[in-house]
Amino acid sequence: MSIEVRSISKTFGSFTALHDICLTVPNGELVALLGPSGCGKTTLLRIIAGLEQPDPGSGQILFHDEDVVDRSVGERQVGFVFQHYALFRHMTVFDNVAFGLQVKPRRERRSKGEIRDRVMELLRLIQLESQASRFPSQLSGGQRQRVALARALATEPKVLLLDEPFGALDAKVRMELRRWLRRLHDEIHVTSVFVTHDQEEALEVADQVVVMNQGRVEQVGTPTEVYDHPANPFVYSFLGNVNLFHGRIDVGHAHFDSIRVDLPPVRPALDRTVVGYVRPHDIEVSRTCSSDEEIEAVVSHIHGAGGMPRLELERLDNHERVEAELTRDRFRELALQVGERVFIRPKSMRVFVEGQPLDYQI
Amino acid sequence: MAGTIALRKQPLPDVTSPVGAQKPWIKWLLVSLTLGFLTLFLFVPLAAVFTEALRKGIAAYFASFNDPAALAAIKLTLITAAIAVPLNLVFGLAAAWAIAKFNFAGRNLLITLIDLPFAVSPVISGLIYVLLFGLQGWLGPWLAEHDLKVIFAVPGIVLATIFVTFPFVARELIPLMQEQGSEEEQAALVLGANGWQTFWRVTLPNVKWALLYGVILCNARAMGEFGAVSVVSGHIRGQTNTIPLHVEILYNEYNFVAAFAVASLLAILALLTLAAKSLVEWQARRQTADTLEPTAAED
Repeated sequence: MSIEVRSISKTFGSFTALHDICLTVPNGELVALLGPSGCGKTTLLRIIAGLEQPDPGSGQILFHDEDVVDRSVGERQVGFVFQHYALFRHMTVFDNVAFGLQVKPRRERRSKGEIRDRVMELLRLIQLESQASRFPSQLSGGQRQRVALARALATEPKVLLLDEPFGALDAKVRMELRRWLRRLHDEIHVTSVFVTHDQEEALEVADQVVVMNQGRVEQVGTPTEVYDHPANPFVYSFLGNVNLFHGRIDVGHAHFDSIRVDLPPVRPALDRTVVGYVRPHDIEVSRTCSSDEEIEAVVSHIHGAGGMPRLELERLDNHERVEAELTRDRFRELALQVGERVFIRPKSMRVFVEGQPLDYQI
Repeated sequence: MAGTIALRKQPLPDVTSPVGAQKPWIKWLLVSLTLGFLTLFLFVPLAAVFTEALRKGIAAYFASFNDPAALAAIKLTLITAAIAVPLNLVFGLAAAWAIAKFNFAGRNLLITLIDLPFAVSPVISGLIYVLLFGLQGWLGPWLAEHDLKVIFAVPGIVLATIFVTFPFVARELIPLMQEQGSEEEQAALVLGANGWQTFWRVTLPNVKWALLYGVILCNARAMGEFGAVSVVSGHIRGQTNTIPLHVEILYNEYNFVAAFAVASLLAILALLTLAAKSLVEWQARRQTADTLEPTAAED
């Protein structure tokens, strides 16, 4: 079932949590709502679920082209996974998962045996069959989150909504669980929306990423689209680490100190300040100067652990900090020491003039 | 988790505490002071009640309960508690629910109002009812016209008892329900449960021990209340005397054996309450210990 959000606004007192949000989630897709805390993503999710009401008269929520704004949360047939699991603490794992099936009106309720079969099937799916008679308090965080997911799936919801589903877990479990969620989604294809503030999680798991900031949607696209073609500086800097280069626009060029880049035919007004954004892995570091477009810098910190060793550098011309990531091979080849002088050059740069992208890369 | 395990292996802090280790006499002094105080103010009076009650033998003790006035007092006390406790269970639960799960204007005022019966002297509480329902009171003439008796009758005693014992259930529940939040209820609603199902299957089981604890305390106070009931009762022997009032009358008539025999009922009630309270606390602690138990190793 597809979800469509049509100009939904939400204010809490004088604080506007959502400004006129429009959004479409196609049937069967897994969509991430990504943004910093307080950007309104959880509020939007809760409005879709029916746990919060949008401002009166502000817009519509359509499930499969049907307006559901006036329907109560129970009538919307959504599955909701809470950040802190919200498992029923006095019930066993089995009873938690069975809850949604047991509270159905008598004429819709399945027999005890059928409920039992369905619950055990779900417990097999989350690989917790052996824990059916344990209580939530006896499970680990990752296991609890899986139970919460099974409980939400038990009633065969048409839409699955997840609020920071892995937020309370440690890094390793979180990684395993999000891959598991992706595989699960590939199996059951229920239209799903999950909220996260972790860009890595959103980019890895989702079909579509909705980047939000301050109650507005900044960009919607596939992970590759939003990462490679960010619509504005916010999206660019939110999706990864970034180095800023300040420069000015000249005829046909932008100058970032010694670096000169050609501009596309669209001509912005002259003598404007521009900002060039460079990802750390797009900074090239070398011991020797090979062209006059390089900037001299001093190595101030080395973080050698991990798959991409990082260097913290200080430019000699304006003393700004620059972060560079190297491949392990390159890192070993350079064998740099703190305090050494190096030359850096951006291999790729994205230029925004007053917040608008100039579709340009070096 | 290694840190937690190491911590658990450490000896209990009070055993090795420097003060205790160096000056054992301080420990003994404190313990004997406490025990002495308890003996003087708690155990001796308790023993006195039973000694006095049994001074003329078992037969005299039981004969005290054969008096119709005593039986009427016991009956009235039981009736009062049977009305006041269930009502306060419902009121307390409703108030706690409203305060813990909803945000509304005047929420803090409501919390303060719930504490009012604790803050006001019971005698004043009783006087308020006399002022409201008494013959010279606001509603007195209207009640007299319709031949309804509140003051110096059972309804007044029940009303005063309800007022005095109102906070017990609500005060037990509010902090617990606030701490538990309303996410589990929201989860139940999303799963399609209606309001009743959510209450019976999710909210109530989560607060049952606190609720029971509140009910036990509420019951003890309902049966033992003296001040407020004394003001509204009128002390009509065999009609409007509860156990505490009956004890007072017997005592004032120098009928010591009977007075202490009836008082021993209240003492037994107190002991039962303490036992039940400890049992409930123990059960509740066992359940919290379960929820706080360190989680199994991450999968």
